[in-house]
Amino acid sequence: MGVEGIGARVVRKEDKRFITGKGRYVDDIKLQGMTFAHFVRSPHAHAKVKKIDSSAALKMPGVVAVLTGQQIVDDKVGNLICGWAITSKDGSPMKMGAWPAMAPETVRFVGQAVAVVIADSKNLARDAAEAVVVDYEELPVVADVHAAIKSGAPQLHPEAPGNQVYDWVIGDEGATDAAFAKAANVVKLDVTNNRLAPNAMEPRAAIADYDAAEEHFTLYTTSQNPHVARLVLSAFYNIAPEHKLRVIAPDVGGGFGSKIYIYPEEMVALWASKKVGRPVKWTGDRTEAFLTDAHGRDHVTHAEMAFDANNKITGLKVKTYANFGAYMSLFSSAVPTYLYATLLSGQYNIPAIHAEVIGVYTNTVPVDAYRGAGRPEASYLIERLMETAARQLKVDPAALRKTNFITQFPHQTPVIMAYDIGDFNASLDAAMKAIDYAGFASRKAQAKAQGKLRGIGLSCYIEACGIAPSKAVGSLGAGVGLWESAEVRVNPVGTIEILTGSHSHGQGHETTFCQLVAERLGIPISQVSIVHGDTDKVQFGMGTYGSRSAAVGLTAILKAMEKMEAKAKKIAAHALEASEADIVIENGEFKVTGTDKAIALPMVALAAYTAHNLPDGMEPGLKESAFYDPTNFTFPAGTYICELEVDPGTGKTSFVNFVAADDFGRLINPMIVEGQVHGGLVQGIGQALLEHAIYDANGQPVTASFMDYAMPRADDVPSFNLSHTTTLCPGNPLGIKGCGEAGAIGASAAVINAITDAIGKNNLEMPATPDRVWRTIHAA
Amino acid sequence: MSTVKMTVNGKAVAVDVEDRTLLVHVLREHLNLTGTHVGCDTSQCGACVVHVDGRAVKSCTMLAGQADGASVTTIEGIAKGDELHPMQAAFRDNHGLQCGYCTPGMIMSAIDIVHRHGGQLDEATVRTELEGNICRCTGYHNIVKAVLDAAGRMKVSQAAE
Repeated sequence: MGVEGIGARVVRKEDKRFITGKGRYVDDIKLQGMTFAHFVRSPHAHAKVKKIDSSAALKMPGVVAVLTGQQIVDDKVGNLICGWAITSKDGSPMKMGAWPAMAPETVRFVGQAVAVVIADSKNLARDAAEAVVVDYEELPVVADVHAAIKSGAPQLHPEAPGNQVYDWVIGDEGATDAAFAKAANVVKLDVTNNRLAPNAMEPRAAIADYDAAEEHFTLYTTSQNPHVARLVLSAFYNIAPEHKLRVIAPDVGGGFGSKIYIYPEEMVALWASKKVGRPVKWTGDRTEAFLTDAHGRDHVTHAEMAFDANNKITGLKVKTYANFGAYMSLFSSAVPTYLYATLLSGQYNIPAIHAEVIGVYTNTVPVDAYRGAGRPEASYLIERLMETAARQLKVDPAALRKTNFITQFPHQTPVIMAYDIGDFNASLDAAMKAIDYAGFASRKAQAKAQGKLRGIGLSCYIEACGIAPSKAVGSLGAGVGLWESAEVRVNPVGTIEILTGSHSHGQGHETTFCQLVAERLGIPISQVSIVHGDTDKVQFGMGTYGSRSAAVGLTAILKAMEKMEAKAKKIAAHALEASEADIVIENGEFKVTGTDKAIALPMVALAAYTAHNLPDGMEPGLKESAFYDPTNFTFPAGTYICELEVDPGTGKTSFVNFVAADDFGRLINPMIVEGQVHGGLVQGIGQALLEHAIYDANGQPVTASFMDYAMPRADDVPSFNLSHTTTLCPGNPLGIKGCGEAGAIGASAAVINAITDAIGKNNLEMPATPDRVWRTIHAA
Repeated sequence: MSTVKMTVNGKAVAVDVEDRTLLVHVLREHLNLTGTHVGCDTSQCGACVVHVDGRAVKSCTMLAGQADGASVTTIEGIAKGDELHPMQAAFRDNHGLQCGYCTPGMIMSAIDIVHRHGGQLDEATVRTELEGNICRCTGYHNIVKAVLDAAGRMKVSQAAE
């Protein structure tokens, strides 16, 4: 490892612009002649749009246009798509209602746009939007899963009878029933996985700029995957063919999944910019983020786990209702199926699993992937079940886990996933040691003497990352391949540009990706720059989500580097009159091994571009590209243990200690990895203690601001004690598993297991607010 | 419309704005100081924190007219040329930022916290004081470390002055 190579705690290259206020986010960009969009949004959760009267608005100063849902339909802009086809157990395809970018006839959630005002300033657009009069006829509402599945419930879409999108199954029902028939003990649990609002700190924004002479659009947008946006906007929404549409995602202020999707606002901005002949900017405010960003989680589940007389798990049955909101968002269908039910084996040897997932429509904003996406729901369920089982079977929760851990790899689970490697005992042992698990009983007794209820909770999570092998996801219904691309450009002076289809919105790619180059060539990272987020610069890419950028994106860079190095070695060997096989790369030089003969990288690069003296038949230049398609998912895993105290008088929880022992395979930059874990843990803790996106029975969102939705603040959460155990991933040459989502996947179960341990009652739903904990303590 | 005269990052400025214009919009849209961000609409997140006459203020919660005659410092105004403010350096060195969106407000609040508490800062105090600044990326762990680190650096640099 060099000082800036793989494994070094290099401070981030991108930080200078962020700490000096020179970041460039979408809303920071101004274009000549720019107009501003403000949407007219439905105040009703379900209603017919009877009439839209724009006449008063059109007379207001600075108003350029008022455009409606009917116009966008008339102009044949495509409906929003869901990109993963799921088949129900009866063999029928999932049942989808149409989702136009603005509603022409029916609104199905509060905040759905029906019209847009385009004006000369943001304030003028907002003023005029208030003058647009919409006549609605209210319809009956289903606001949650329970209401949606009742017989006789109001229907959202005629295409989906009973508000049911699909009824999907996985696993072997017969084998699972047989395991339960023979079980010595059965543990049952009902859990709700609370609905969350992602809340990246930068609200979504878009600037669309149409060039009439070239019939070309440029879109600046807050996207985690600008190429996917271009593909979808071109292929499905009829905005423009791909070569006439450039999508730029500049600095993006966090995503967490919510900026994967192509939203109505970007589509409308593009369409409107052509209509009004000027650039159109839309910047969402926080209220709009709560109303229109795809939410996360929202599962209602009943699960049963069968054990034999030796406390070995013999079977698992799960039935989950997943709330999709009013429309199927881009990847929503895959979240409670292939990203959830395929992880239900957890870290355990479970011979038989059967899961049924029923996806339903409700009059709420669409639900899609949010940090972890299905895997937090699976991990929470399994780890709550294990803790419940330990209590019911009266065994130590750590011992029960060890009894059931998978220890032989590769391991084929009954739910598709084949775990390639891991050491679950190692991470559990590391976490137990870090928190002094053995000493907990005496600490609990001391706390009791001071009137506090102390609890400890474990969570042994596993996730599937490195998303994903294209052939595998294609066979499961995905509409895209999930490879990644990279290009290495060595400039004539020897500096290097790496073009990647991954997108950094906080993950630190501009540093970690350079570290790979530094490692291989022995040059400082200052001589390398990372280019991303612009479809005119990078040919293609699938973007950043699912902890895929290192395992998939960086591997693509490695493949391109290997090609570039092979050519550079040929050039060096030719210049040094040596055999190519004798050339080694060290400290930025190509050396003939065992001699003092060497040529520096800039000289090799210059030779490649002057082309005065290249080997016979060699093309000039030094630029190589690669596409990398992973062979399997990767399986980060680990153990989180939380120790906390509950005040029985108030129900308030206070953290005592929180330890994490993760196995992410090889770490490129441990400092950045730790930062990813910290952030994920707090999102998991937020779900456990604070966050809940609530709609009332009329479908009115009651948590649509930071005054009402409890975001974790600095004084709500502890500092963390992190460590790593390592098994290198055999599926990619760098041995990387991915670290972006682990914290959010594993943390919530550790917290709830600890609180329920402290209060001595097992049934407690998230978020475990002081009120809810107090009521649980004092319930009869 | 009114004319608002301020000193921003040491320079005298005069801007003609609608009376309803917020300070943050004058900074971002009239003065192109886009380092100050807007992350919410209820004065909760702190992405817009600047210093007005030396005190941390949420610039989304102050009319531009209220800043008439004031001296305003934004994230763009705290480094001395190429020399970062100790708080900026501490955020970088402690990996106290990820997406960078909350960072300017965090840094401006954190400087104010250190000034108000002098050297008497501990983790619990920093966490309590950061209650008005929301970060979704870092989990606060490294932000808290950065503020404590910077408090030490600022003490040293003050002693040197």
